[in-house]
Amino acid sequence: MKYLEEFRDPEVARLYLEQLQAAVTRPWKIMEVCGGQTHAIMQYGIQELIPDKLTLLHGPGCPVCVTPLEQIDKAIAIAGQPDVIFTTFGDMLRVPGSEKDLFSVKADGGDVRVVYSPLDAVRIATDNPDKEVVFFAVGFETTAPANAMAVKQAAALGLANFSQIVAQVLVPPALEAILTAPGNQVQGFLAAGHVCTVMGYHEYEPIAARYKVPIVVTGFEPLDILEGILLVVRQLEAGRHEVENQYRRSVRRTGNEPAQDMIKAVYRVVPRQWRGIGEIPRSGLGLQAAYTAYDAEVKFQLGSIRTREPEVCISGEVLQGWKKPTDCPAFGKECTPDTPLGATMVSNEGTCAAYYRYMDPS
Amino acid sequence: MCLAIPGKVVEIYEENGLRMGRIDYGGVVNKACLEYVPEIEIGQYTIVHAGFAISILDEEEALKSFEAWQEMASAARAAGIPLGAEDPGPGDPAA
Repeated sequence: MKYLEEFRDPEVARLYLEQLQAAVTRPWKIMEVCGGQTHAIMQYGIQELIPDKLTLLHGPGCPVCVTPLEQIDKAIAIAGQPDVIFTTFGDMLRVPGSEKDLFSVKADGGDVRVVYSPLDAVRIATDNPDKEVVFFAVGFETTAPANAMAVKQAAALGLANFSQIVAQVLVPPALEAILTAPGNQVQGFLAAGHVCTVMGYHEYEPIAARYKVPIVVTGFEPLDILEGILLVVRQLEAGRHEVENQYRRSVRRTGNEPAQDMIKAVYRVVPRQWRGIGEIPRSGLGLQAAYTAYDAEVKFQLGSIRTREPEVCISGEVLQGWKKPTDCPAFGKECTPDTPLGATMVSNEGTCAAYYRYMDPS
Repeated sequence: MCLAIPGKVVEIYEENGLRMGRIDYGGVVNKACLEYVPEIEIGQYTIVHAGFAISILDEEEALKSFEAWQEMASAARAAGIPLGAEDPGPGDPAA
């Protein structure tokens, strides 16, 4: 078992497509929440393969895309200061701030370093006691355990020169925000398999019941996605709205408890601005009071930051599934992965970037 | 940061008081922190996010899916449904 090619078998994919064809009697709109799934859907042409009556809406599940502009601008301001080493996951480098991005700070001589793990940022702080090392803690519940462990490690090592800009976001409140938005079109969700690997899926059960939407926890390979869609469609056609787990090889209902315990020890739930969407209550994580010393936004008093979004970019509407990237007048013209206007065109997980990469130019 | 594919644990060691592992992704080996999967053993597969293993892939569950698909395919063959005419796309393990 290699867990890859077994889940990409074209024979089985065809069988799922036939079963979908047989199951669908009415038009349905299903949202995949996770940017990784959006990417796979575009890569394998799944929207073209499934019955015409089914529309896949792409959700806000790209943490790079929803990181608020104010925190990007703060990151850029801090990274430009002397005696700061700014550390970040690679996908944040080219996310446009109001004026520039982290990559241009690096080009102008700022010490901006890409790390693979937040523990690397802690090691850099240990090796550079005369520098302030700041880590940009972005992501959904999948990166929160890693970023929490970095704070815990820094505290254990007694490091006074390590801090984080915490921009962690949570998925369930975003689903509720989408479902309660005026004009919501989503009738069923594919929930993100790796977020649920960490958190389990009990948090989704009240959402499925309250809003009468089927939610299927789904993996990332083509057969996972096709099976996830089929399970949602069967529920919709039968008038059921439950939480089902398609991704059983990685996800248990209670999730990964040691990871959840670490998240709770280091972070607390806070309201969070989502770029392009606005504030969603209880949808973010900030540091617990005991760890305020590691909060870069407290450590570097930057005052109020005036943000400015490009007027033409419709990434907010794309992130909520209201519009497709191709509805944007700038898509593929002044906005490309090389010259992104909005975050959805920067990140590997952004819907605009996935469309640009895999769309037939005709 | 977030596109995790399964990797196989090929070595387990300790670093700065944390349990770490070397993870093999079909020939490319990376390290990951194993603190959140305390029971993991060499030879098992895991999903890594931001340098941390977040699950031990359940081989029994994977085999169940796999066997169900094999059954589905043989039932289709028995019913004379043509298969395999269309490839859903290139399997790009780097994606």
